Amino acid sequence: MQENKNIYYLLFHTIHDVLKTEKLLKAHGCNFELVPVPRNLSSDCGSCIKLKGNIEDVLEQANKIEIDRCFLFDGKSYTTLIAPSGHIS
Amino acid sequence: MIYLDNAATSFPKPKESILFMNTFIQDIGGNPGRSGHTLSVDAARIIFETREKLTGFINGEDSERLIFTQNGTESLNLAILGLLKEKNHVITTSLEHNSVMRPLTFLQKEKHIDISIIQCSPDGKIDIQKIKNSIQKNTKAVIINHGSNVIGIVQPIKEIKGIIGDIPIIVDACQTIGSTSIDIQRDNIDILCFSCHKSLYGIQGLGAIYLRNGIELTPLKFGGTGSKSESVEHPEFMPDKYECGTPNTPGIASLLGGLTFIEKTGYNNILKKKMSLIKIFLNRISEIDGIIFYGNPENENSIPVMSINIKNKLPSEVGYELNKKEIYVRVGLHCSPAAHQTIGTFPEGTVRIAPGYFTTEDDIDIFIEALKDIARK
Repeated sequence: MQENKNIYYLLFHTIHDVLKTEKLLKAHGCNFELVPVPRNLSSDCGSCIKLKGNIEDVLEQANKIEIDRCFLFDGKSYTTLIAPSGHIS
Repeated sequence: MIYLDNAATSFPKPKESILFMNTFIQDIGGNPGRSGHTLSVDAARIIFETREKLTGFINGEDSERLIFTQNGTESLNLAILGLLKEKNHVITTSLEHNSVMRPLTFLQKEKHIDISIIQCSPDGKIDIQKIKNSIQKNTKAVIINHGSNVIGIVQPIKEIKGIIGDIPIIVDACQTIGSTSIDIQRDNIDILCFSCHKSLYGIQGLGAIYLRNGIELTPLKFGGTGSKSESVEHPEFMPDKYECGTPNTPGIASLLGGLTFIEKTGYNNILKKKMSLIKIFLNRISEIDGIIFYGNPENENSIPVMSINIKNKLPSEVGYELNKKEIYVRVGLHCSPAAHQTIGTFPEGTVRIAPGYFTTEDDIDIFIEALKDIARK
């Protein structure tokens, strides 16, 4: 089975939502870390969640939390998965 | 030293409150939510954890709807100034603190709001029917002092909300939080305002407000939130909508310590202890010559706050004599002239007695002997 090397960046409106998601992901043993928001993704000065692995699991866990934006990083470029409108591509 | 002024602020604080605050100041110290570095994120985690714990304590539905403020007064100002608009009508009671009466009086002058004040009985009871009869088409809120900071009576919030229907109820719970059961969902509270430095054992300079889903207020403050930094417009999302600027993180850490203390000690044990001290006092009250007790000593539905006077002595004289004996009470009007008019003690006021969890039975005995001595003079 091929290893999923995709990296996702989940951006939230508030640090409250970041930490709420952190709590949920920790409880479910997801592979993630809190990192400063990459400046090429947003001008926000706070933190976001960098996730390795299966995004569907995370979206399921975080379904009650409003994700501002989500990006897929394939090692070269970023693809928008969730736009600010909340639309999931 | 005997401290009987816990209705103003609790003292001493539990060791957990001090420890949590010290740990934050000494080992963390970052500005929460303002940067991506570890100390900033750790500071934000303290606030997040406290917000979650406190929301659980009042059985709120969603912790993002709990907002930290500077104190109970700021919470009430946010609720009142943020909700009431030009020519609205509001219903309140004759037991309110100035943190309700002053913003209402301001709005009466500036926005021509109409205020109905329900007169309570001298022992603090509200005739709920009078609230119902005062409702008008433009009634925007009912504001209730949950527990009196003068005579300790607790009002039936759930019943009042039941009678006013969809009109938002603003509950001033500064004295009751941590001293009587409060449940946002059970009691159907729309807006709960409280301080965090009394029976929640945080340090001074911290309050909170909980807004039920659907309640939207005009914020009191606008500024930096660490979110949507590219925009000059203040964010609409919670909790940032009502919180901006650097928060009182040391205070919030101390509140987390206070809530941890409550959890460890057991909320019911704390209540039992405080009410047992009240009973000891009431059982011996007849030993004091010329004592006047305000409110109803038989009322089971009360918090550990009592008001007394000694015949032919001003409360300020009694306070002065007690202070000389290193017994600390609060005398006067307690920022509640309306309440003192209701109980018939305006303008001199009363001697207020507010024991706390760390008050001992010996303290009450010494206090009784001191009052007997002062009464004899």
